Amino acid sequence: MLKDITLGQYYPGNSPVHRMDPRLKILLTVLYATLLFFIKGFLGYGVVFIFTVGVIGLAGIPVPYVVRGLRPLFFVIVFTAAINIFMTPGRTAFRLFDTPIAATHEGIYMAVYMVLRLSFLVVGTSVLTLTSSPVALTDGLERLLGPFKKIGVPAHEIAMMMSIAIRFIPTLMEETQKIIKAQKARGADFESGNIFRRAKALTPILVPLFMGAFRRADELALAMESRCYNGGENRTRLKQMHMTLSDCLSAAIAALVLAAAVTVGYMGIL
Amino acid sequence: MIQVENLTYRYPKGDDHAQTYVLDGIDIKIQPGEFVAVVGHNGSGKSTLAKHFNGILLPAGGKVYIDSLDTADRALLFEIRRRVGMVFQNPDNQIVATIVEEDVAFAPENLGVAPEEIRRRVDWALKAVGMYDKRMHAPHLLSGGQKQRVAIAGVLAMTPAYIVLDEPTAMLDPVGRREVLDTVLKLNRQEHMTVILITHFMEEAALADRVLVMQDGRICMQGTPKEVFVQARALKSMGLDVPQTIELMYALKAAGLNVALDTVTAEECAEEIMKLI
Ligand SMILES: Nc1ncnc2c1ncn2[C@@H]1O[C@H](COP(=O)(O)OP(=O)(O)OP(=O)(O)O)[C@@H](O)[C@H]1O
Ligand SMILES: [Mg+2]
Repeated sequence: MLKDITLGQYYPGNSPVHRMDPRLKILLTVLYATLLFFIKGFLGYGVVFIFTVGVIGLAGIPVPYVVRGLRPLFFVIVFTAAINIFMTPGRTAFRLFDTPIAATHEGIYMAVYMVLRLSFLVVGTSVLTLTSSPVALTDGLERLLGPFKKIGVPAHEIAMMMSIAIRFIPTLMEETQKIIKAQKARGADFESGNIFRRAKALTPILVPLFMGAFRRADELALAMESRCYNGGENRTRLKQMHMTLSDCLSAAIAALVLAAAVTVGYMGIL
Repeated sequence: MIQVENLTYRYPKGDDHAQTYVLDGIDIKIQPGEFVAVVGHNGSGKSTLAKHFNGILLPAGGKVYIDSLDTADRALLFEIRRRVGMVFQNPDNQIVATIVEEDVAFAPENLGVAPEEIRRRVDWALKAVGMYDKRMHAPHLLSGGQKQRVAIAGVLAMTPAYIVLDEPTAMLDPVGRREVLDTVLKLNRQEHMTVILITHFMEEAALADRVLVMQDGRICMQGTPKEVFVQARALKSMGLDVPQTIELMYALKAAGLNVALDTVTAEECAEEIMKLI
């Protein structure tokens, strides 16, 4: 299941979407995610749909590949939908097996919206991570947060933390696999019993994993110090970021399309 | 030149007063271009000594000078760390970035080097360790030996004069070990880098110009590999191995054959055996 998560994975390529300045891409994604919650009416979502599919196409990523990213969230989405269908007050649409639990027309309406929002949210943000390397993302974030350093936002530290986390996830996954195998070889059983038993069986995995992570952190700090790390102060970067004119133009177009999606909803069509 | 004068050190523990010194009066001089190996049993203080070369640890007593810069001077700390590159045992735990070339760029970025110059250094360092082709790879997909070479490149990008390697091959398979060792030898011979190699493998130590043997925080023996390894009995009493070549000669001697005991390289060993035939 872990390997199904496309959110956070990079799909290498050289499309205009890939090449766009990461700062702009992050900002657009934030805009996209926010506006999703202001869109009313199916026409609005229609516009968002065309926009999203258009961007994915432009990025040269197969649409099914992106949609696969929704799979791990399937239960969250179904759960949200169910809650909305049955918990929203309004005109009763149908009853669940003749129980007092009733689905309402308003609820069904809400549920469809929520499912659309959640799905677009996940797909939209995965487009960001699919088309930007982790380095570009963390760099972009660091630079976007740069102006907020004055009010105490640790921009460099946040970016550093993120990039170290991304760097060590595969290493720690590999280590977890090794620990699981080692414990299994000693007769540990992770597959049977109720949920509490299984949770308890995880202890012999988690303890060595965390001990290992702390030891790694220690050594990593030492190695970073040895390589003259001294925080973000006076640091230069190998790769400079360039915001080109076409970057700005595409960002402006994207922003306009999203604004249009919101506007159609308020015009009361559909 | 690296000069260590009467260096003592003990780890701060706080509670008991009767702590022992982990380093107990060490004197070393290392000349530019030298290849020095440091051997010694577990806990003899090798890593502690290594950490004094770039100011990670500061002497409790005595002095450490790098090109006459005192490591105890805080103002010189970054210049000292730039001059003395340090490579550690576990390659996984010293790679910071998610892309090879970004990792190699880490140190010059910290030093505030201009981007074009970082580019030049990164390319040069990756070529020097033979990892230029893999510059866009994710580090976790590389083999152990390759990772360790990336770590060496990451240190080279500081353009250091000295490289200290603390058991860089201990976690590697024989192929990886060979790769790393060849890289280190090449840096010493072709780039005239001063190398200090801490190792458990006597075959590696045998390649050095000079071997230092540590025991309980002191240098108890030093000299050329020949001078050191010929004292096989003393080394064994310290729980250390000797190269297999020397081991073989001792076995032949014990069998009553008249052979020299200081055959460090395989060639010398072979010659000695040829004489018998
Ligand atoms: N951070 C520390 N705090 C307290 N004591 C330490 C610390 N690090 C090492 N020591 C102690 O100092 C002594 C020397 O350790 P050091 O790591 O320098 O030995 P070493 O020669 O590198 O050993 P090895 O071959 O196992 O790497 C050991 O007795 C060790 O227990
Ligand atoms: Mg050690």
